[in-house]
Amino acid sequence: MKTFLNLVICEHCDSVYRRGVPAPGEVAHCAQCAAVLYRASRLDVEQWLALTAAAVVAFMIANICPVVRISLQGQHNEAALWQSVAALAHGAAAPIAVPMALCVILVPLMQIVLLVWVLPFARVGRRAPGFAPAMRILVALRPWSMVEVGLLGILVATIKLSSFVEVAPGAGIWATAALTVLLIVIAKRDVQGLWALTERAAPGPMAPA
Amino acid sequence: MSLPPRARQLGVVGCHACGLVCEDKLDETGHADCPRCGAALHRRRPDSLARAGAFLLAGMIFYIPANMLPVMYTSLLGSGSDNTILRGVVEFWKAGSYGIALVIFTASVAVPCTKFLVLGLLLATCRRRSRWARRERARLYRLVEFVGYWSMLDVLVVAIVAALVKFQALSDIEPRLGILFFGMVVILTMLSALSFDPRLIWDGDDTNR
Ligand SMILES: [Zn+2]
Ligand SMILES: [Zn+2]
Repeated sequence: MKTFLNLVICEHCDSVYRRGVPAPGEVAHCAQCAAVLYRASRLDVEQWLALTAAAVVAFMIANICPVVRISLQGQHNEAALWQSVAALAHGAAAPIAVPMALCVILVPLMQIVLLVWVLPFARVGRRAPGFAPAMRILVALRPWSMVEVGLLGILVATIKLSSFVEVAPGAGIWATAALTVLLIVIAKRDVQGLWALTERAAPGPMAPA
Repeated sequence: MSLPPRARQLGVVGCHACGLVCEDKLDETGHADCPRCGAALHRRRPDSLARAGAFLLAGMIFYIPANMLPVMYTSLLGSGSDNTILRGVVEFWKAGSYGIALVIFTASVAVPCTKFLVLGLLLATCRRRSRWARRERARLYRLVEFVGYWSMLDVLVVAIVAALVKFQALSDIEPRLGILFFGMVVILTMLSALSFDPRLIWDGDDTNR
């Protein structure tokens, strides 16, 4: 099968363009439907890897440390993100705990693990073993990663409770905020760009571009 | 301004997973995998309108119990009460917390209803192969894709509040069945948006070009 590395197709309307080299900060839009075609990467792989390492740390703190601590008449309580998911698992609404655990904990974790696996290889222009399935999974996971919703949820819950109990933020909330920003930078961006970055060393029947 | 050619006219097809542009041999082979990443190639997402319609209908049906049934049981100093989503919004509004009432109203009423309307409109117009306002409809689809998952906010707030407020005799908060239905609405409408193929918006004029 012939492939065309010099072309790009708009995912939203199927228009075909010749792939250009965007200047730093430039974004190429589709002339027909105005969707984003591709954008210049703000990070090189080195920085991408460093931010992914930071995301590993932020993820661990966000999931171990309590996000909020409340007190009422001398009694204290605190909850980490996973305990909130566990709280859903009791009672009639229990099944919803499964997608919740996926969206705020497991999917972000998988995104980070997969990037930790593929990026060190990409740094030296190589494709990690299992690169293709890893990249397909990264693309499929993207819509289901919801740490930013989790952060807003923590804030709303805090305000909601502050009217009748004392509320204090825990270390987890700062880590969740950091994780939100890091995930947007490392996983919401154009991960497909990694294919082009590792193209030279690619084995297999690729047509010359 | 002359519009760019479309993939079908050039006999190419784009890989949905890695973005590679491949020669379209689907007529001869019936089924083809992307030579770079191994994902199945499709000109359009399979059974797009039927699947998106089924998920949307299921989501709309679940939205009824999600609003009728209580999402949370609150007991404060012995007196317990069930809360629906809308009653929660009204209580915040009455208590003067307008900002938070608006946030919850947006996430749990405005966003889901907008999704129902937009997806219903897109499905109806694409079934009729309408050429009406295609650029605007393409934008609407991207809007739904972008805001869709923020509705998960309510589920998270209930989870966090339920995990925190556990004070034996003083106060207790438990998730109720309504939140399960609400979470299902969010997931079903996300599946509907993911099944819908925005390229169908632009397919109406194939015969006239
Ligand atoms: Zn386009
Ligand atoms: Zn591919």
